[in-house]
Amino acid sequence: MNGNDSSRQAPEVEASVDYAAAPAGSPIVIDLQDVVKVYDLGGSQVQALKGVTFKVRAGEFVAIMGHSGSGKSTMLNLIGCLDRPTSGRYLLDNIDVSRMSRGALADIRNRKIGFIFQNFNLLQRTSVWENVELPMLYAEIDKHERAARVRHALEVVKIPHKAKMHPNQLSGGEQQRVAIARSLVNKPAIILADEPTGNLDSSTSGEIMEFLQTLNREQRITLVMVTHETDIAAYAERVTVFKDGLILREYRNESS
Amino acid sequence: MSFRHVWIIFKMSLRALARNKVRSFLTMLGIIIGVGAVIAMVSLGQGAQRQVQEEIASMGTNILYVRAGSMRSYGVHTGSGSLNTLTPDDIEAILRECPSVQLATPNASSMAQVVYGNQNWSTRVEGFNEKFPEIRNWPVDKGEFFTETHVKTAARVVVLGKTVADKLFPSGDAIGQMIRIRNLPFRVLGVLSRKGENSWGRDQDDTAIVPYSTIMKKLLGGINYIQQAMISARSPRATYTAEVQVKSLLRQRHRLGSFQEDDFSVRNMGDIAETYEATNRTMTILLGSIAAVSLIVGGIGIMNIMLVAVSERTREIGVRMAIGARPGHVRIQFLTESIVLCILGGLLGISLGVIASYAIANFLMWPTLISSWSIMVSVIFSISIGLFFGYYPAHKAASLDPINALRYE
Repeated sequence: MNGNDSSRQAPEVEASVDYAAAPAGSPIVIDLQDVVKVYDLGGSQVQALKGVTFKVRAGEFVAIMGHSGSGKSTMLNLIGCLDRPTSGRYLLDNIDVSRMSRGALADIRNRKIGFIFQNFNLLQRTSVWENVELPMLYAEIDKHERAARVRHALEVVKIPHKAKMHPNQLSGGEQQRVAIARSLVNKPAIILADEPTGNLDSSTSGEIMEFLQTLNREQRITLVMVTHETDIAAYAERVTVFKDGLILREYRNESS
Repeated sequence: MSFRHVWIIFKMSLRALARNKVRSFLTMLGIIIGVGAVIAMVSLGQGAQRQVQEEIASMGTNILYVRAGSMRSYGVHTGSGSLNTLTPDDIEAILRECPSVQLATPNASSMAQVVYGNQNWSTRVEGFNEKFPEIRNWPVDKGEFFTETHVKTAARVVVLGKTVADKLFPSGDAIGQMIRIRNLPFRVLGVLSRKGENSWGRDQDDTAIVPYSTIMKKLLGGINYIQQAMISARSPRATYTAEVQVKSLLRQRHRLGSFQEDDFSVRNMGDIAETYEATNRTMTILLGSIAAVSLIVGGIGIMNIMLVAVSERTREIGVRMAIGARPGHVRIQFLTESIVLCILGGLLGISLGVIASYAIANFLMWPTLISSWSIMVSVIFSISIGLFFGYYPAHKAASLDPINALRYE
């Protein structure tokens, strides 16, 4: 890590701690401590994250912003336990996941994280019901419990009547609702959304964002969302902006 | 991973295969044809083998043929049977003095024209004693066989083979009729049951059996020696002992010194059977291995398609990993898919092989025999092929990095 960089970024980073402490009293679910991520690209080393400390409390709705190359995608992969930090520590729900094996990380993703993707990533030629059921199959949840949770999740996302349909029979908004239902069924500690509205038109985008906001407010589900659009980030309570592998600034959205 | 989990992954694999029914079937086709070919080819070889076995068993594996030996004059061998040292008395002595011998009959034969009314037929007229049906395991179909009295009196009686009976008596009953053999009248006592062709293609039913004494006295000009004798040992296992006893008795009776060659030869059916079986076994192995090559080609086809499936489903693999599938889950899922393909293909291949071997038996009239071991071996083989050729694609799928897999277009 470069010493000059950290001194230049220091004020904002320190300020972020205050913001992170906002919903006072609730426990910290995401706790990244001085995390560095270095990629080895054919001999030359690229520092994607240069020592980032980032915390999210239970029940928060945080947006991560930044241009491409800012390190936000790397952040998403680390928070989502799809990748491990080169150095630093990551506690997810008080479990240190920074040195876990691929298999153990898969279990963590299964139980602690719900994913929502830009392109929905539903299994094609597989019914809505089966798509939503999938995370529970890997979690070895028994059949009756699975059925009950699928039914409930589809009601939460307001598409219970589409259970037997296949993703290609649904609109983009509906597909994203299915993905949200799928992310909810294992009752994860956090839901991680990667450009959730990137493939949707603006009215559907608004619909999905309001829906995510409602989930966060009414069910106190912790949401971390990566986006490059300011108006989408505006739905979050707190916004963290990345630049060149460091946190540039953090702010709270007063309106939300 | 619990059993229930494996079951769930098994169902996932089935669903994945069902999503691509045509491709799954085409992938299986290699295995179907391979297993089918193995089963059909092995059944063909086994069928041929059993036919020879049955034939030899029907002649009796406990049978010994004693032939009069060849004469050697000035270093030139004449054909076997040309010595006149083997006599019916030798056969009497063998029966009397060799404990391992159960039955024996002298045998003399001659080609002759047989005539009934305006029908005539050229056939081999063979002389035996009354024990013939028992030794050859060849019962009379109609009428009866001649008796010891007929043999002792050199009676002009004949028992016809089925082919000869059909030729001389195209319609109507042969029993009790008088036929002429070399212009001598013979009374037909009976007709033998059908025996069919032997494995070297000779029609065994093209024969007429008369008492050996009759053939010696009436058809061969009153000779007192025989060309051959047929001896049955008490059991197939006693054949070798019987052979030793017969040889030693004949050497003694023929007063052969220890440096003199045998003036007779003894062959047993067991030796002949072994030669044929060895030939057939080689054929079966040859046919089976050619078919096995097609099975391996089928396996390579499965590997090919599974590799295509892995790259085609990279994104799906990424999604599954993101939502919690361990690399082991992914590996088992793909491995299960290829094993299921192979087992299903194997089962369909077994049906195809069974149908093919029935078709071969019914339309080409080649004998086939489906053995349970060839089915078992095919099933085990196809599971192994699934494992072997499925492992690499499954491993490739399991080693995918979820981040790259999710980004894969």
